[in-house]
Amino acid sequence: MAVAVAPAGLRGSPWLSFAVRRLGRFAISLWVLITTAFLMIQLIPGDPVRAALGLTAPVELVNARRAALGLDDTLWLQYVHYLGGLVTGDFGMSMTSGQPVSEVIGDRLPATLQLALPAFAVVIAVAIPLGLLFAVLTRGGRRRGGELAFTSTTVLLAAIPEFLLAVALVAFFSVQLGWFPVAGNADASSFVLPVIALALGPASVLARIVRVETLSVLGNDFIRTARAKRLPARLVYLRHALPNALTATLTMGGLMLTGMVAGTVLVENVFAWPGLGSTIAQSILQKDYPLVQGIVLVYGIGVLLVNLTVDVLLAVLDPRSTIREN
Amino acid sequence: MAKWFAALRTPVGGFAAALLTLVLALAVFAPILWHDNAFAIDTDAIAQGPSAAHWLGTDDLGRDILFRVLVATRLSVLLAVLATVIGVVTGLVLGTLPSLLPRPAARLVTSAVNIAVAFPGLLLVLFFSVIFGVGTHGAVFAVGFALAPAFARLAQTLSASVAGQDFVSAARISGVGRMRLLIRHILPNIGEPLVVNATIGAGACLLAFSGLSFLGIGVQAPDYDWGRLLGEGLNGIYVNPAAALAPGVAVVLAGLAFNLVGETVAGVIGVRTGLRKLSPRPVTPAREDAADARDDAVLVVENLQVAFPRPAGWTVPVRGVSFTVRAGEAIGVVGESGSGKSLTGLAVSRLVEAPAVVTADKLEFAGKPVLTTPERELRGLLGTSLAMVFQDPMTSFNPTRRIGRQLAEVAEQHQGLPRAKAFERAVDRLRAVRIPAAERRARQYPHEFSGGMRQRAMIGMGLMGDPKLIIADEPTTALDVTVQRQLLRLLARTRAERDTAIILISHDIAVVSQTCERMLVMYAGRVVEDLPSAATPRHPYTRALMAATLDLETDREASLAVIPGRPPEPDRVPNGCAFADRCPAATDRCRLEDPALERVEPEHRVACWYPAALSRPAKETVTAGGAE
Amino acid sequence: MSDLVFDAVSVRYGGRRGLTAVDRVGLTVPSGQVVGLVGESGSGKSTLARAAVGLSPISAGRVLLGGVDVRELPRRPPLQMVFQDPYSSLDPRMSIGESITEAIPRGVLPGRAARRDEVARLLELVNLDPDRASHLPGQLSGGQRQRVALARALAGRPEVLIADEITSALDVSVQGAVLNLVRSVQRRLGLSMLFISHNLAVIRYLSDIVAVMYLGRIVEVGPAEQVLSDPQHPYTRDLLAAAPSATGSLLDVGDASETADVEPADPHHPPAGCRYHTRCPVGPLVRTGRELCLQADPSDDTAHRRHSAACHFSDNESRRLTISRGASAS
Repeated sequence: MAVAVAPAGLRGSPWLSFAVRRLGRFAISLWVLITTAFLMIQLIPGDPVRAALGLTAPVELVNARRAALGLDDTLWLQYVHYLGGLVTGDFGMSMTSGQPVSEVIGDRLPATLQLALPAFAVVIAVAIPLGLLFAVLTRGGRRRGGELAFTSTTVLLAAIPEFLLAVALVAFFSVQLGWFPVAGNADASSFVLPVIALALGPASVLARIVRVETLSVLGNDFIRTARAKRLPARLVYLRHALPNALTATLTMGGLMLTGMVAGTVLVENVFAWPGLGSTIAQSILQKDYPLVQGIVLVYGIGVLLVNLTVDVLLAVLDPRSTIREN
Repeated sequence: MAKWFAALRTPVGGFAAALLTLVLALAVFAPILWHDNAFAIDTDAIAQGPSAAHWLGTDDLGRDILFRVLVATRLSVLLAVLATVIGVVTGLVLGTLPSLLPRPAARLVTSAVNIAVAFPGLLLVLFFSVIFGVGTHGAVFAVGFALAPAFARLAQTLSASVAGQDFVSAARISGVGRMRLLIRHILPNIGEPLVVNATIGAGACLLAFSGLSFLGIGVQAPDYDWGRLLGEGLNGIYVNPAAALAPGVAVVLAGLAFNLVGETVAGVIGVRTGLRKLSPRPVTPAREDAADARDDAVLVVENLQVAFPRPAGWTVPVRGVSFTVRAGEAIGVVGESGSGKSLTGLAVSRLVEAPAVVTADKLEFAGKPVLTTPERELRGLLGTSLAMVFQDPMTSFNPTRRIGRQLAEVAEQHQGLPRAKAFERAVDRLRAVRIPAAERRARQYPHEFSGGMRQRAMIGMGLMGDPKLIIADEPTTALDVTVQRQLLRLLARTRAERDTAIILISHDIAVVSQTCERMLVMYAGRVVEDLPSAATPRHPYTRALMAATLDLETDREASLAVIPGRPPEPDRVPNGCAFADRCPAATDRCRLEDPALERVEPEHRVACWYPAALSRPAKETVTAGGAE
Repeated sequence: MSDLVFDAVSVRYGGRRGLTAVDRVGLTVPSGQVVGLVGESGSGKSTLARAAVGLSPISAGRVLLGGVDVRELPRRPPLQMVFQDPYSSLDPRMSIGESITEAIPRGVLPGRAARRDEVARLLELVNLDPDRASHLPGQLSGGQRQRVALARALAGRPEVLIADEITSALDVSVQGAVLNLVRSVQRRLGLSMLFISHNLAVIRYLSDIVAVMYLGRIVEVGPAEQVLSDPQHPYTRDLLAAAPSATGSLLDVGDASETADVEPADPHHPPAGCRYHTRCPVGPLVRTGRELCLQADPSDDTAHRRHSAACHFSDNESRRLTISRGASAS
């Protein structure tokens, strides 16, 4: 049934209303994240300070520490202090080192970024062309052998979590062959293994998704229209199939990238990488709650930023997504 | 049942099933068999590499790594399964709750889930493990609750799609309550994808757990699971890499087992049959006289066949179609679903792709053989002289490119026009098809056009060149009847102005007989009658079809004509005439021999042993009332 | 048996700036008669029907059955509906017997045997073999499924049956069977029926009364014979001309006027004044002196015109046509 769609002269540019809506969502998610991080300490059963300092710590110390953390105030007052602190960049004090949390984060964040960003780039640069290539090569049931090889390889690689891959890479390339350092981020060669460990799994998953999405797009009516126009194959794939495959891929890709943010936690622990990831495991074990809170917040903001970027890219690629409600 | 066995026989399915069985067997039996071996401390062999006594070496307390890995299976798998159950149940409750709650509360739950889903699992796990505490119990809840949002989201999406179906509306009208709706209608219909995802989720939980234990915040000593073994092994990696690799391999294999089983099950439910390589199909010879060769023929088709390879053999939905289209002629191809009419249109324009096979004794467009000429040489001809209009206007245009650019592409590719000129021509063509404000519209995206406008833009795209033939496949089926008339008038006008031939494919015989000079009636992959629209039909099917078609002159007092039975499936076409078991005049001869398409009059061909006599009026053959 | 009355019903989606799918519609389905509701996409005909069974939210007005507001009727009101898509109207996981049983009002037939017999009776009523009660919908064809849907609707012992485009998704050769069945059931049980379709030929065949909808309003309503032979509203005439018929060609251009290729109006932004004026072949875009169509909405005062036509100039036009017909006949 034909339905007339809203006329071209929409009230207000669709981009503007999309931008407002998306930023609004970002703000709300940010607020939820901050509040949840705040509530994290409140939700811990028992006395968090006592748990951190141990059963044998003297009562005065526990009380003093609790007062220092502001845990004696009412919930609402604590919340307000917390928010105020965030605005001024004060994330509280680490309970184990006494350092301001913001300083700890400032020290360690760059290393994590140095690991995560190259890994993002590798995933995108490898997965998309590879997935596209295999979709074109294996469409319509062609080259079943190639399809099987591609699928098995990517499934196998995707099934190996990053920390296991990291361990295997260390065992083989560092211990056996001695090509790369086992740990630390001293020089350029020490980046190779961690980045591969972090990127290989997501790249495999994304390549598979790109292939599946491209195949699905190739079955669409408008591809048939493009072929009916007798366009050369290269144009059909690059100009018509790829942008549409990308829109679906981007959504999944966003999930991959946010997963990698979490993956840095594990990889850093394998390589003793001086980033946030190796810190957070320690702080959880040591029950250094303000530090955990700060790091969780930073990771959370990273995730929200990745999602925002993906949505903006999606809007650029597929104009329908700016209008689509809900 | 057969589907499951077939799935087991595929390489992936068999491997997955075997692996999972192994993992589960180990989980159950390993601790029983080897608990002591895993526990035993060999003080002579502390922190050693692989040896005859200890195949994978020992840890720093002298315990055998291999046995520890095997025994750890139970705890690792058990914890993963427990966490999955917690995650799935919580997720299911959160996902289906919105359908039971009043609107504001439902929206709150939905928004909360949507926000939680944006965060990766591991972060949620870490967050929850802070709250629930370090250790096995805390970790199970942490991993479980971290899985819940993804599941809730899945359950939400699935139940929303089921709830939108008419049978749920019908139940609501019958007064069925919300609870019963959920339990009786929604849950059974989302069960399968949920189970598949739960299996895959179990794999994810396994990995998450090993990650946690590896970090030291999961399973605590003296208990050990694979993650913990991995962490311990990493410390001694220089001395004995096997101590780290072995638990890693175990985790990967178990995770793989869960994932692959889940995907295999998904495949069975979704049914993707592998295509065997079939031996080439022998092409059946033409069963009718070749259509008269004419100099002005735009399209000549002889014995066109389209075949698809299926596991059971070849399916042939187009079984030998022959016809000719002259310049400027408007012919209609009429048939119901399964008649092969659409495929014929696609085959003729060389748009049918592998694995389907298209054969014809002769297939010539504008004098050039279409099937034998290499595609490269045909591109220019087909791109400018042949235009296609497809059925569904909503999906026929690339949603990410502007309409004007999509039209301009034709000129850029085949007429060598530069971008700006090609775009100008596109705007001009849009004007020619009466799209108002063409200049502005050309810069818009397809979703800003209505269905009728899109179809017009399709015709406009076909007019970028100078088409000798327009093939329109059900172009108005998805449109309102007043819009349909506009579009048909546009086609008629185009034909009048440019002497373009038109093939109009439709299921609506009334529309075709009123807009085309000639009709081809198709049934079960063959042309059963080829006649001028004004002529009286002589094939029983054509007559029955006309009798069954409601129009404004149908007698309101009489029962409507019905054609009993159903058309044959393309893979089960009978020998003999395909219409025989629904035909009131069928004899034994009809069931044994398939009639050829023969000329009964200069412009009239019929494929029937007993075509109706000329004197009988068309609407007489009526089978009133009756069941199918 | 009682009348189904739509009393100034409006259905609005999305708040004030949203879509008014149905706008102050008044329609009566007299007891035991068939009202055919015809219109194209965006007309609101399905939305109106769904309002009667509680599937569309009523923003204003009421729907009355026998004088009682349908929202106050018991849980299982005596109104039932058959839907368009045969493939989603039956739960794929329930046997057709179970689907039908679910619709039987609770307490009416205690005992499994009684219910089984009722299911068998209903299946026979729709010309299906009662032995098929244990089959799943997947084993039935589209036409057979529609008949099961009809049986299910009848299981609820309705007084009013609403059929929403029930044959639009079926092949021509099967349509006849379903329509014959619907007509015979309606006559036998004396049901009131609201039959919705975009196909004027189907509406003509089944209906005693025809109502034409455009952009959420009823633009003409009256006895079927009269409306279809002497239409008062230009849109009705347009629909008649566009419907396939044995006489006349679809491509008869008639007066190829300004309005011949105008796009259907957008329900989100209906035209001012008379909603049909942008497409009207005898409206302000074509004839002079018809500025009234741009300013005043004829739906506001339809009572005094034949067939309650929502057209300022319906009397003028029908006189003109009668004259021209008379002229060509002589």
